[in-house]
Amino acid sequence: MKNFLKYLATKPLRLSIIVVLVAILSFILVSFSPLDPITAYLGYDRLQISQEQEQVIIERWGLDKSPPERFIAWTKNILQGDFGTSVIFNDPVTLVIGKRFAASFWLMFFAWTLSGILGFVLGAIAGTWRDSIADRIIRFYAYTLASTPTFWVAMILLVFFGVKLGWFPICCAGPLGVAPEQVSFADRLYHLALPVLTLSLVGTAQIILHTREKMIDFFQSNHAIYAMSCGEARFGTALFHGLRNILLPAITLQFASLGELFSGSVLAEMVFSYPGLGKATVDAGIRGDVPLLLGIVIFSTIFVVTGNLLADLIYRWVDPRIQIGEATG
Amino acid sequence: MSAGTFKKRQAFSMGNRKRATILSVACILFFAGLYVAGFLLDDGGLRTNFMYRNQPPSFEFLFGTDWLGRDLLTRTIKGLCISLQIGMLAAFCSAVFATLFGLCAATFGGKVDAAVTTLIDIVMSTPHLVMLILISFAMGGGAQGVVTAVALTHWTRLARIIRAEVLQLKNMDYVAVSARLGKSKMWIARKHIFPHLLPQIIIGLILLFPHAILHSAGLTFLGFGLSPHNPSIGVLLSESMQHLSTGYWWLAIIPGVSLVLMVKMFDILGNNLRYINDPQTSQH
Repeated sequence: MKNFLKYLATKPLRLSIIVVLVAILSFILVSFSPLDPITAYLGYDRLQISQEQEQVIIERWGLDKSPPERFIAWTKNILQGDFGTSVIFNDPVTLVIGKRFAASFWLMFFAWTLSGILGFVLGAIAGTWRDSIADRIIRFYAYTLASTPTFWVAMILLVFFGVKLGWFPICCAGPLGVAPEQVSFADRLYHLALPVLTLSLVGTAQIILHTREKMIDFFQSNHAIYAMSCGEARFGTALFHGLRNILLPAITLQFASLGELFSGSVLAEMVFSYPGLGKATVDAGIRGDVPLLLGIVIFSTIFVVTGNLLADLIYRWVDPRIQIGEATG
Repeated sequence: MSAGTFKKRQAFSMGNRKRATILSVACILFFAGLYVAGFLLDDGGLRTNFMYRNQPPSFEFLFGTDWLGRDLLTRTIKGLCISLQIGMLAAFCSAVFATLFGLCAATFGGKVDAAVTTLIDIVMSTPHLVMLILISFAMGGGAQGVVTAVALTHWTRLARIIRAEVLQLKNMDYVAVSARLGKSKMWIARKHIFPHLLPQIIIGLILLFPHAILHSAGLTFLGFGLSPHNPSIGVLLSESMQHLSTGYWWLAIIPGVSLVLMVKMFDILGNNLRYINDPQTSQH
């Protein structure tokens, strides 16, 4: 228990140090960028603005100050909860991230749950009947998807289900011409279907391979050999004894893979023009929206770090062996 | 396991070793062939030809043609070549970083080790793609942006493996003897530890290729990477996005399938080399 308290005190501290370091590092990186922020923002309109207008922009964005001065000002503002104003959306960065993340959240949540369940079941089947035809098919599927670009999977689904069959919409988060607030829940789900399917298909690969390994390990343990020598069938052994043994590592892995999920959502949102955080990331990068880009980097780091922390905590909470190990050791 | 099945396994694994060697050589030959083909192919297929616009795959145009009448087979081979070069350069830089950091962390220990571990944690706690976008933004985009971004984000896993391996090697008797004989840390790292690590590094490097190629294609697809003048597979796929709704499916499917095949072959090559290098399988 004492060790657990010590863990609770040190781990979050270490993680917050990492977030701070990421923030500092990304600020340094961004200030190295050779891209002129005004050109990136205006594009060809740059030629049409006057000297005075340019001066106004420079002063407003603080471009006349040196990078260290800007860094101090930026840090001060962040400590007060102000991440600056997004250039392309003309809203506070926190507001943009909050709004966009709300859209991305459901995409990621459905994909995360679906890929977790699907990957776990397929992996367990493959591991239980090792080298069977089912195992070979599942393994082939997982290995192939592991070397497939996410955006291409999205494009294939778009061509097949969106264009050829016309079952699902090919773009956006709601029907065209309807205000985002008025899109019904069913419509929203309907538009989410293809992006979610993309992320689920890609996300299963890792969890299938992981679960399969664990199931094979389980069948080589004394525990499984004893159960089978008592007359339990392979299926029963896996169902009643195996699953509970391999569930925990799978859940941990799923929590630890939030970074992959986030990366995947960026690509899927771009293909389907889904107005989520991923699309905002790409827009910010291409159009040189530094405050928003930095905000998203920090936010996504917190997102991933929280996932890792949850994975760790769940492991400690569910697996009594770790707590016993701490009590004795 | 009865003796019979064990024997069968043994014979089987000997076959596996041979098969792994053949597969590896086949993969290497394929990459060499692809590279040479990309070099030798003249630009005739790349010329725009409005007589043959948007032709589906046929015997005349095996992969079909695009909206400007360019031959997709030529474009795909050239694109694979460019992706291959970018991916190899990025993976190579990444492996160099991994070796340097892993070796330093384990050899010097203490503060250096803590610094490297923190750096690994930093890179691993940001979503890869966000970090890639940030770095290529900082580099001002283009090919050098993609290579730098991929090189700076992919070294962590290999660095961890190398660090763990070196820590294990450090406790070996012959290393301890060498240290007692008065050899410096640098000398031991270079003469005793590095040669031991070389196979690990090479295999790690090859297994880095798939990630490097996929991520550089992804970055290019998002618009951060290569320009249309440098048509890698990522560029081909992102251009085909504009033609998806018109039903020209081959523009997206064929370059994508060839990219997947290439990445998969790197995976096969790396895993087979690892298998051949594994002392457990060489015992039989």
